[in-house]
Amino acid sequence: MTHFRSDIRQRAEELVSLYPRRRSAMLPLLHLAQEQDGYLTDAGMAEVAQLTGTTPAEVRGTAAFYDMFHLEPVGRYVVGVCTNIACLLAGGEELLEHARRSLDCEVGGTTADGLFTLEETECLADCNVAPAVQVNHRYVHTTTPDQLDQLLEDLRAGRRDHDIPPHGTLIRVRRSGGLRVGATELAEERREAREAREAREAAAKEAS
Amino acid sequence: MAVLDANPIVTSRREMADSHTLARYLETGGYAGLRQALTMHPEAVAAEVDAASLLGRGGAGFPAGRKWSMLRKSPISYLVVNGDESEPATFKDHYLVERDPHQLVEGVIIAAYALQVTQAFIFLRGEFALGLERVQQAINEAYEHGALGRHILGSSFSVDLVVHPGAGAYICGEETALLEALEGKRGFPRIKPPFFPAVTGLYGEPTVVNNVETMSNLPWIVLHGGAAFAALGGGRSTGTRMFALSGRVNRPGVYEIEMVKNTFRDLIFDPELGGGIPGGHELRAFIPGGVSAPWFFPEHLDMVLGQDEVGAAGSMLGSGSIVVMDDTTCVVRAAWRITKFFSRESCGQCTPCREGSGWVERILYRLEHGGGRTEDVDLLLDLCDNISPGLNWPPQQTTICVLGPSIPSSITSAISRFRDDFYAHVHHGSCPHA
Repeated sequence: MTHFRSDIRQRAEELVSLYPRRRSAMLPLLHLAQEQDGYLTDAGMAEVAQLTGTTPAEVRGTAAFYDMFHLEPVGRYVVGVCTNIACLLAGGEELLEHARRSLDCEVGGTTADGLFTLEETECLADCNVAPAVQVNHRYVHTTTPDQLDQLLEDLRAGRRDHDIPPHGTLIRVRRSGGLRVGATELAEERREAREAREAREAAAKEAS
Repeated sequence: MAVLDANPIVTSRREMADSHTLARYLETGGYAGLRQALTMHPEAVAAEVDAASLLGRGGAGFPAGRKWSMLRKSPISYLVVNGDESEPATFKDHYLVERDPHQLVEGVIIAAYALQVTQAFIFLRGEFALGLERVQQAINEAYEHGALGRHILGSSFSVDLVVHPGAGAYICGEETALLEALEGKRGFPRIKPPFFPAVTGLYGEPTVVNNVETMSNLPWIVLHGGAAFAALGGGRSTGTRMFALSGRVNRPGVYEIEMVKNTFRDLIFDPELGGGIPGGHELRAFIPGGVSAPWFFPEHLDMVLGQDEVGAAGSMLGSGSIVVMDDTTCVVRAAWRITKFFSRESCGQCTPCREGSGWVERILYRLEHGGGRTEDVDLLLDLCDNISPGLNWPPQQTTICVLGPSIPSSITSAISRFRDDFYAHVHHGSCPHA
């Protein structure tokens, strides 16, 4: 019995198979765990640990470094408003303050209905549409208070579900059709390469 | 007047709504560069890139050809593409991954062939949700098309390409931190030496790390030859370059223009480019290459957009991001916000960066918000001198990576030119612009 749903578990195993070493799948798997649960739960991180050959402590320690991973529950929609330099010059702080009042929610907090989490973000690399706003890491191009309010209303009414899926960034991204190179074949080549490397390392160690 | 007659190299499909699809890409010459490359010896492909004198487009401006040739002395393991674009005001790779993902994928395959690497990764910042989808879709289509996988396009060369999502950390743009993240760890930059992943990279094996824009130039270079690329631009700054223009301009955006042929004035004021400052306001200062770069001022407007020219004047072209500040801009607030960014994004390994960024951010905060003291201005310079002694450019290195020594850039720039603005904040008891 796994914590991941069967489709998520299958996806996770596919992701692990894409890398020469299991631990490399850590960030994608954490995104995936967050997609299932909305945030990183203990059970989700334990399963990531099992899949990547690490301990739950290593998983938590890694996840805590990255802004996109939430160790506490967040809203269905994470609204990020950029206030970095280009957005500052275009009124990013004012737009963030407007969002705070519109949502009646502190920056970093979640609305009482659990629908929205409001974040002040660093540069989102969309500086020509400033201030930049993302919802669940999708650019929404709402640069004025009115546009932002309209967006929040649309989100509440479920009118943006087609282009702003809840939680996570990987939910619609996947490799179709598997590896053309052939996972088993590639694994065999990698095993040979690893054995050759280990033999070299052992020889070097002996020599020294 | 700006010189705009060179045809774009990496943004040639910018007018096409379906530029991200394989059908459109093939219709507009896509994968012809790869087909050409596969008829050549891998070292001949590398030689064309060397002949192009293509400088890396990520920020450091290291010649891509040299990165490759250093690597060729030892067996090659991995090619990693840096698409963690997070330097504030930089948004060119955002354009490339969303609008022309096949061009990137083709460039990566060409580089993999030249280096004879069978495993490549594209590391994209996690916030690029659509970009991740578009690049993955392009990779899927490339497999279908036979351009990726076993024996690509009927050749004897095989290569696999994996998209790796970041998770929100500026420091992962530093190539050794990026490799740590790709190994599934915290994004801590690695101790140097070795200075280059070409010596010790992913899993301790020789690795080449190149930027998204650098890779996107390769299909054109292979098709037209390195000499044709080197004929554009001038000096060491060859080819065209994507400049991301933002801040107080009428037409912010990404503009691909020939290197060296145009000036900052052209970029900011030409009606076909930045279109000048809104409301006819006066330019006060501009950042020439991302927020890590020291600021420029009106007297620098007629400098050409070239890596060595900007470097000689005490700043850097960096990631090609230009931020315009005008006479409505509070420079204290601008310096504070940039410093707050560094403070938030410091990975915490090195004391001068971890502690220093927090101290200068808090002093700038109190100056901007009414709690400042006259002596704070010199205190800021003293602290900056502790982070990077001498306050020179390029900055003296006291830390594992260059994030820390970049912190003083905006602060010393603002104080050197607008010291009275800081005192005005102290005397006014708050920001006079607010």
